[in-house]
Amino acid sequence: MTATAEQGGSGAAGPVLRTRGLTKRFPGVLALDDVDFDLSHGEVHALVGENGAGKSTLIKVLTGVYAPDGGEVRYLGGAARFDTPLRAQQAGISTIYQEVNLIPLLSVARNLFLGREPRRFGLIDFARMHREAAGILRDYGVEVDVTRPLQGLSMGARQMVALARAVVADARVVIMDEPTSSLEPREVETLFTVIGGLRERGITVVYVSHRLDELYRICDRVTVLRDGRVVHTGELAGLERLRLISLMLGREAEQVERQGATTFGGPHERRAGEPVLVAEELDDRHRLHGVSLAIRPGEVLGLGGLLGSGRTETARAIAGAAALRSGRITVAGVPLRRRSTGAAIAAGISMLPEDRKSEGIIPELSVRENIALAAMPRLSRFGLVSERRIDRVVDVFVERLRIKSAGTRQKVAELSGGNQQKVLLARWLALNPRVLLLDEPTRGIDVGAKAEVQRLVDELATEGLGVLLISSDLEELIEGADRVVVLKDGSVVGELSGDEVSEGALMRAIADADTADADADRGGRGDAGGAAAEGAGGPGGPEEHEGGAGRAGPRAGAAAGDTTPGREGAR
Amino acid sequence: MTAIGMPAVRIDRTRVVPWLQEYGVYIGVAALLVFNIALTPHFLSLENFRTQAVQVTPVLILSLGMALVIATGGIDLSVGSVMALAAAMISLYLGYGPVVAVLVALVAGAAAGAVNGALVAFAGVQAIVATLAMMIGGRGLSLVLLPQLDGIRNPAIRELGAGDAFGVPYLVWISAVLVAVVVFVVRRTVFGRRIVAIGGNRRAGELSGLPVRRTLLAVYVLCGLFAAVAGVLATARLQASDPNSIGRLIELSAITAVVVGGTPLQGGRVRIAGTVAGAVLMQLLVSTLIKHDLPPSWTQIAQTAVIIAAVYVARERGRK
Amino acid sequence: MTAVKSTAAPGTGLPGGPGGSGGGRPVFGSGRGGGSAAEFVQRHGALVVLVAVLAVAALTIDGFFSLGNLNHIAVGAAFPAIIALGMTFVIVTGGIDLSVGTVFALAGVLAAWASQYGSLAALALPLAVCALIGALNGVLIAKARLAPFIVTLATMLGAWGLMLAVSDEGTETYVVPDGLAITPMVQDRFLGIGYPVLLVVVLFAIGGVALRRTGWGQNIYAVGGNEDAAALMGVPVARTKITAYTLSGLLAGLAGALNAVWLGSGVTIFGIGIELDAISAVVIGGTLLAGGYGFVSGSLVGVLLLNVIQNIINGIGGLSSAYQQVVSGSFLIVVVLAQNYLSRRRERV
Repeated sequence: MTATAEQGGSGAAGPVLRTRGLTKRFPGVLALDDVDFDLSHGEVHALVGENGAGKSTLIKVLTGVYAPDGGEVRYLGGAARFDTPLRAQQAGISTIYQEVNLIPLLSVARNLFLGREPRRFGLIDFARMHREAAGILRDYGVEVDVTRPLQGLSMGARQMVALARAVVADARVVIMDEPTSSLEPREVETLFTVIGGLRERGITVVYVSHRLDELYRICDRVTVLRDGRVVHTGELAGLERLRLISLMLGREAEQVERQGATTFGGPHERRAGEPVLVAEELDDRHRLHGVSLAIRPGEVLGLGGLLGSGRTETARAIAGAAALRSGRITVAGVPLRRRSTGAAIAAGISMLPEDRKSEGIIPELSVRENIALAAMPRLSRFGLVSERRIDRVVDVFVERLRIKSAGTRQKVAELSGGNQQKVLLARWLALNPRVLLLDEPTRGIDVGAKAEVQRLVDELATEGLGVLLISSDLEELIEGADRVVVLKDGSVVGELSGDEVSEGALMRAIADADTADADADRGGRGDAGGAAAEGAGGPGGPEEHEGGAGRAGPRAGAAAGDTTPGREGAR
Repeated sequence: MTAIGMPAVRIDRTRVVPWLQEYGVYIGVAALLVFNIALTPHFLSLENFRTQAVQVTPVLILSLGMALVIATGGIDLSVGSVMALAAAMISLYLGYGPVVAVLVALVAGAAAGAVNGALVAFAGVQAIVATLAMMIGGRGLSLVLLPQLDGIRNPAIRELGAGDAFGVPYLVWISAVLVAVVVFVVRRTVFGRRIVAIGGNRRAGELSGLPVRRTLLAVYVLCGLFAAVAGVLATARLQASDPNSIGRLIELSAITAVVVGGTPLQGGRVRIAGTVAGAVLMQLLVSTLIKHDLPPSWTQIAQTAVIIAAVYVARERGRK
Repeated sequence: MTAVKSTAAPGTGLPGGPGGSGGGRPVFGSGRGGGSAAEFVQRHGALVVLVAVLAVAALTIDGFFSLGNLNHIAVGAAFPAIIALGMTFVIVTGGIDLSVGTVFALAGVLAAWASQYGSLAALALPLAVCALIGALNGVLIAKARLAPFIVTLATMLGAWGLMLAVSDEGTETYVVPDGLAITPMVQDRFLGIGYPVLLVVVLFAIGGVALRRTGWGQNIYAVGGNEDAAALMGVPVARTKITAYTLSGLLAGLAGALNAVWLGSGVTIFGIGIELDAISAVVIGGTLLAGGYGFVSGSLVGVLLLNVIQNIINGIGGLSSAYQQVVSGSFLIVVVLAQNYLSRRRERV
């Protein structure tokens, strides 16, 4: 191991990995077009580009998921061709995926050591394995009972286990795909520290992220991909932020500046009259403790707060998709009696779920069927489907949302992420809702589609719809919302409106609430990790860790089959 | 199927496989027809067609219900046992008249389906497990109720199994009507669309306000009901209730008919015409082998090969 | 392994490292504790039920606890237990093997037929053929990626066909000749315990160690827990699955061959539905049908439980043995419902 450390110590000398003329073709698409890509020892290299720019294809070629159609990969000075991800990993190229690829039912220690367990007399030495696992993970800020199944850990902790596993397996190159998307600020700080440690020791990190702040904080160099080509590669520090965006978008910098980063218009004129949606004292026993909010027609209400603060849970509860112990929901003055997605939809509530793939699209069905799905009862008579009515509705929305497809009969799985999201929006708008709940409406879609979706949200509000907007993109939240309700630990801790709506104010609202109840919090809620919560905490502020369970919940549920019971089951 | 499929696959997988999935079943049927017309004596006789049509009835009716279940992404392994349950009911309740007996048999089938459906939809049990338990328990229950074969002498039931209207056996009429009903349900009704949507992405269906659980329950009830119909008809044709052997391993034929017909096992899509052709294909295959004096042993081994080949070809769609 | 330790210390010595501030307070704690009661039920529920059933039977049925009856139960459970052991491996990989019943029957006929050529042939032929069928299952499932239940349902039919072909369409019943060297090894007792029972104990001990303490066992769990992740973590997924199905076929073949020797003939109708008993036993024993979690000792308890119940049913006059199937099916559902309930509760904690 000292060898590696010394290599790292000698600084960024020579490439650890380089590609020349790398080409990858898919039917109808040139996904990688003559890509030259260099990675030096011990650097943190940002890989950026819009969706469809070729980032994931490049990663997959480097890690042996795809075989390239042309060009060469040289790794540690020799020609390399990995025919499986495993080969790449054994050679020292590890990928930490967004959806962490570990085995939930196995213990933490076994996940860490799978395939390289310490043996005694040919059999696995569990005592030693557990001891070593606990020791290793402590250095990653993970302090848990390593004999327990991994599924008890938060997403962030699982990611750390995956990272530790890669390092234990002697990785030279670690590829991280959107590593912070499910982390809280405090966890992000830890991750950055760990990445710093990797760099010190000569391990190269490829860092894929859409969050520019993070890139500038920790990355040394950047490679920008667009349409399968490398459009820029070089030091990140000297590259202006605006220039970077324009490289990614292929638009001129001035244009970006003029239009701003988002395409929201100004504040909406608040309509007079009663709120279209009132939620009072929502409580689900676990994540929501008395959330109340109201949305007026024509208003975009932002829901602010950290991950796990109860934003998604609030939206799901309002939409009838999650069980509530108590609380009242009123739509246009009429209380919602039955709680189910069906009842909420009938009352005029539509929710765009956070996870497009697992909860939104029905991949094998056509664009048309996907749009008509929720509105089917209105597009039919006596249980019989009216094709004519469906066509009419579908045509209207395909045109209005500019859904690009080879025809409305095309499978929705074949569309780009942005167009899929528009199909989902069309599904909900086809219901003629009064209230639209948008949970991360622009996550994971390309910049162009993002702008269109933001513009659409604006338009819809102008037309009198009440919109609830959840976004972890602060900029989007601040610019898009007329008013922001701030959540923390499942309770409302503040509200910003008018000129108060700003990033700084939002941060302050969260931070103030935190110091106010931090002490009580510590005493009251035992941290399952068993740590004595003392000291100043990390650089990210003393936010209480919530296990990330709010976020992990639906995903873990989707992975383990249908485990989150909807309202119907609770009846 | 294998003989035709395999060399073609080597030519251009990306085009041939989807095409084969869609139309392979029809080609298989056509090939078997051509083969039989050329080589099997007396194949082209009205009598033979009548026999074939009657013999395909149970599998065909089962596969209709199975197709709907598979379209939701589920499976029903219990259909054979439900047939046995229906057969036992016929025998037990024949004393109250044939109509009552048949009704009780159908209710029993629907009830078994409802148990399956409730376990799958409301308790969240995997379809394989729930219906496996019903497969074990249903057969056991039928044997408890009717320990051995019981001949049926009721003329009405015998007429149902052997008689015809306008020269076409009642059995064929009934299966034709059921096919028409299922085609209508799948094509034209909201229920039919929901089945496919749930199979495609259940969570999305739930969040879109579809009555997912109710739909699933209804699908399994339908499947149980169809299995009971098949059991009643098979009993009528056999002129005996035989809960021990009726419907043994028939779930395999039904599943194969559905899969060969272009409905993928992971759901999200359903092909009724293909399913009918699939059932016909399985029937023709077995009868061809038997007509050419292959013993049951080799017939079964050949069936095994066809099933695996069919599932192999059908699998490609699911892998994306 | 000190090398590993030093590699894994990227945080130490760095300013503001995770260990540096906050007095070692972990950033990532585990989200939840608890769940141990649920785990106890999952692990030992079957054992508790077994003890309860035994206690009730001992109090209410005369002669239940006689050595003869207990040995009868144990020997009766021995062959299903061998099948259940293979089934446990398969189910932990997240699969299912429906072919073991007819493979068991096929092995019996093959063993009886081959016994005319001596003991070795009587074991070797069925074991080879059944392992081959198991391997075929494994290859079709792991390499061709077909659904396990349909593949094994098909080979269930195929093995049955093969059995018919060997036994002249089921009309021929081969008899194991008297004085076969292996016969006493199966039928006799050692210290009052039947040899098959001892064999089961040995096989389960080996199986338990293999599953818990070897790399192969870890791979089995990993494949069942998350196949894609396992592949990325270097687990040879296809090979692991193929070995599991091959073992399942092999063990079913062993059970069938020994059963034929035990009975003295290759009875063709034996084994129908035994796969369902094996699956029930494994699931009752606490192994998750979804895969990734399970243990062989539970399967042994499950088999015993089902056999004790069968013994009781047989002991009560006038009850048809078909009741056993009803009990088996109901048990399966009750256990799966309990598992579902427990795992849901665990997730909500």
